[in-house]
Amino acid sequence: MAKIVNREEMAQGTIILNEIEAPRISQKAKPGQFVILQADETGERIPLTMADTNPDKGTITIIYMVVGKSTARFKDLQVGDEFYALIGPLGKPTHIENFGKVICVGGGTGIAVLHPITRALKEAGNDVTTILGSRSYDLLIMEEQMNAASTNLHICTDDGSHGHHGFVTDVLKDVLEKGDIDLVVAIGPIPMMKFCSLITKEYNTKTFVSLNPIMVDGTGMCGCCRVSVGNDTKFACVDGPEFDGHKVDFDELSKRLASYLDDEKKSLEAYENCKA
Amino acid sequence: MANKKIKVPRAKMPEQDPDVRRRNFQEVPNGLTAEMAMTEASRCLQCKKPLCVQGCPVSVKIPEFIKLIAENDFMGAAKKLWETNALPAVCGRVCPQEEQCEGKCIVGKKGEPVAIGYLERFAADYARENDTGEIPAVAQKTGKKVAVIGSGPSGLTVAGDLLLKGHAVTIFEAFHKPGGVLVYGIPEFRLPKAIVAAEVAALEKMGADIQCNTVVGASVTIDELFEEGYDAAYIGVGAGLPRFMNLPGENLIGIYSANEYLTRTNLMKGYLFPEYDTPIALGKNVVVLGAGNVAMDSARTAMRLGANSVKVVYRRSREEMPARDEELHHAEEEKIEFKLLTNPTQFFGDENGRLTGMECLQMELGEPDASGRRRPMPIEGSEFQFDCDLVVVSVGSNANPLLTNSTPDIALNKWGNIVGDPVAGKTSKRGVWAGGDIVTGAATVILAMGAGRAAADSMHEYLTLGW
Ligand SMILES: Cc1cc2nc3c(=O)[nH]c(=O)nc-3n(C[C@H](O)[C@H](O)[C@H](O)COP(=O)(O)OP(=O)(O)OC[C@H]3O[C@@H](n4cnc5c(N)ncnc54)[C@H](O)[C@@H]3O)c2cc1C
Ligand SMILES: Cc1cc2nc3c(=O)[nH]c(=O)nc-3n(C[C@H](O)[C@H](O)[C@H](O)COP(=O)(O)OP(=O)(O)OC[C@H]3O[C@@H](n4cnc5c(N)ncnc54)[C@H](O)[C@@H]3O)c2cc1C
Ligand code: SF4
Ligand code: SF4
Ligand code: FES
Repeated sequence: MAKIVNREEMAQGTIILNEIEAPRISQKAKPGQFVILQADETGERIPLTMADTNPDKGTITIIYMVVGKSTARFKDLQVGDEFYALIGPLGKPTHIENFGKVICVGGGTGIAVLHPITRALKEAGNDVTTILGSRSYDLLIMEEQMNAASTNLHICTDDGSHGHHGFVTDVLKDVLEKGDIDLVVAIGPIPMMKFCSLITKEYNTKTFVSLNPIMVDGTGMCGCCRVSVGNDTKFACVDGPEFDGHKVDFDELSKRLASYLDDEKKSLEAYENCKA
Repeated sequence: MANKKIKVPRAKMPEQDPDVRRRNFQEVPNGLTAEMAMTEASRCLQCKKPLCVQGCPVSVKIPEFIKLIAENDFMGAAKKLWETNALPAVCGRVCPQEEQCEGKCIVGKKGEPVAIGYLERFAADYARENDTGEIPAVAQKTGKKVAVIGSGPSGLTVAGDLLLKGHAVTIFEAFHKPGGVLVYGIPEFRLPKAIVAAEVAALEKMGADIQCNTVVGASVTIDELFEEGYDAAYIGVGAGLPRFMNLPGENLIGIYSANEYLTRTNLMKGYLFPEYDTPIALGKNVVVLGAGNVAMDSARTAMRLGANSVKVVYRRSREEMPARDEELHHAEEEKIEFKLLTNPTQFFGDENGRLTGMECLQMELGEPDASGRRRPMPIEGSEFQFDCDLVVVSVGSNANPLLTNSTPDIALNKWGNIVGDPVAGKTSKRGVWAGGDIVTGAATVILAMGAGRAAADSMHEYLTLGW
């Protein structure tokens, strides 16, 4: 169970794709849902969104950025290796319907999370304009798949190495300006989601973001993943991970993500030293 | 004179020294020696109508097993226990004996009751340490398949009983390790995880198929399990939804639910970080809100993780603290402070969103409320503030709706608990039973086990005779 059957390195090895055997989960998973994985018994429980599922083959695909010890351990797993634990599908699926004109904005590994949602929105009959951003073109992932899943595709790079030279928010504004957008879905780094939401608020356009707080169980039993949405505290693992971007307290989320900064650093250093 | 017999005092449990144990995670009581156990067993009067048994929710054959200990037949005592209690090593450690078996013991009327819990623990530990690998005889296979959802004490009990009756049993557990609260909640220093693992291993030997990492309601629904060929299901998913107090500042870094705090520490072994990857905040000035067993476990855990001070903040008085006497006593010995008649009002943090302090109100006791306890009333203008860097909110838990949302045909009460018939836990859905905390709300290990036993009998009847 949970055997890796396919593995790719993307964005110069900073992002990893694993296709994993998960018959039950692959049958049930819907766009927007995530799984929790553990490398081995001593490992942390790490939430990752399913970038794809293949019910016929009984597999799911995850795409993750290597940021700390746990994702570094995942990176070391090769085809044929198994994860110690794989739990899912968790979280509420994205609400898919024919909204009309939709903009999907993605950055970093958020693009992987966005992919199945974009595809489903297009299949539901939406006109989907997709805007993807990365620091530079060689760090951009899934351009081809996103192109296939969208009606129009725009690329933005911070360094101008491809497409629009600048942030996704610039293009977002342009497209919103042309009018009549029914929904925006923004998934990526917190600042990206925050600024996209601030812009769409000016246009009064409904906006969904997908939040990634620290989690433990992913089933609503610990409250670690709590986020402030409007006046309420929500548990992202069961009430989300998607929420109304106009109501999310992004600053609180950013701060809470730094809860264990020192421990994480120690943990990663120890791991790298031990490998060296 | 009739009663010339020298009164044997109740055995005193040898324990780790409080000053040492408050900084380690090893078990606090060391257990009785064989000699002590036999002496203690001799204090039992072998009552013809044993009141102690009435106090035990699963009617453990108390005088019988104690007699076997007195006669130096420790394995026999363990077997006697197993007739009614699948997890005696657990119950001997965590049952609130003072309210149950020992609370009723006749010897306790004039002096101190027989130490039934210590003896139960002794016999069960003896049997585990001298395990012959022998497994109880399993009845002939019936060909029926049962799904048990949740591997807490309730689920483990149902599974064991149904296996003995010849049914095939699969246990589905959401976490990566079986045991429920016994592994993720109750700390190592009170219930070593090796004991739970041994109990689970015994079930597997009897044929239980344990499928961890399966969240029923998300990974698979109960209806789908029936489609897969299960003939009946038991829901023992506990009451695992943490309650918060909804106070300003409650999302600051450093404020945990007890569930998260204990899960990180026990299940994920945060106390062994970085050997284990999951971090846990090490508070210097810790505050625990609440006064039940869960609060005591949180407070004592914080002390072991190196806190300078740990305060338990509770809005009522000492008398109303719901934790077991033994736990309150252990906590005090470990220098946990109790701030009674005190109610939190808000939390303060720094610019990074980290907890720095909190505010409380002083309370006084007013008229009795619906529960018969005197209602705590705030004293106006009594607000006071103090520094703290870690708060564990331990004010109870509710039913988690994840599973029940996926099975709308299971009736719930207004708190979201499953409605089960009081005798056997039959739910409103055909072929589905429920028991333990998901039915009663947060209660005790032994009640959860009792519910499992009653359900197993009823399920067996259904599986062999029909609905
Ligand atoms: C529902 C959900 C879905 C997610 N889906 C994906 C995905 O598809 N692809 C992907 O690459 N990542 C995803 N994440 C984020 C991923 O879980 C984290 O990057 C991962 O937990 C980091 O673990 P680590 O031990 O490698 O790093 P750590 O050492 O734990 O952290 C290193 C740094 O990464 C940041 N970090 C820690 N936890 C998170 C987190 N949960 N989210 C974002 N940053 C974090 C912090 O700034 C931290 O200091 C998702 C998170 C959630 C909650
Ligand atoms: C910290 C703490 C200390 C305690 N101390 C004591 C004590 O000293 N004495 C005492 O008698 N009682 C004590 N209790 C109470 C006692 O532990 C519980 O009453 C008892 O464990 C309830 O048993 P249960 O089988 O109903 O559920 P649980 O033990 O809660 O087990 C439920 C299991 O179901 C799993 N689950 C949940 N949802 C799903 C799902 N959808 N699919 C699959 N699996 C699922 C959970 O992960 C869990 O493993 C304590 C409780 C806590 C939290
Ligand atoms: S199971 Fe609990 S209540 Fe019953 S005899 Fe044993 S310790 Fe006492
Ligand atoms: S009531 Fe006390 S003395 Fe009597 S049988 Fe029970 S344990 Fe022994
Ligand atoms: S991760 Fe525990 S409640 Fe969401």
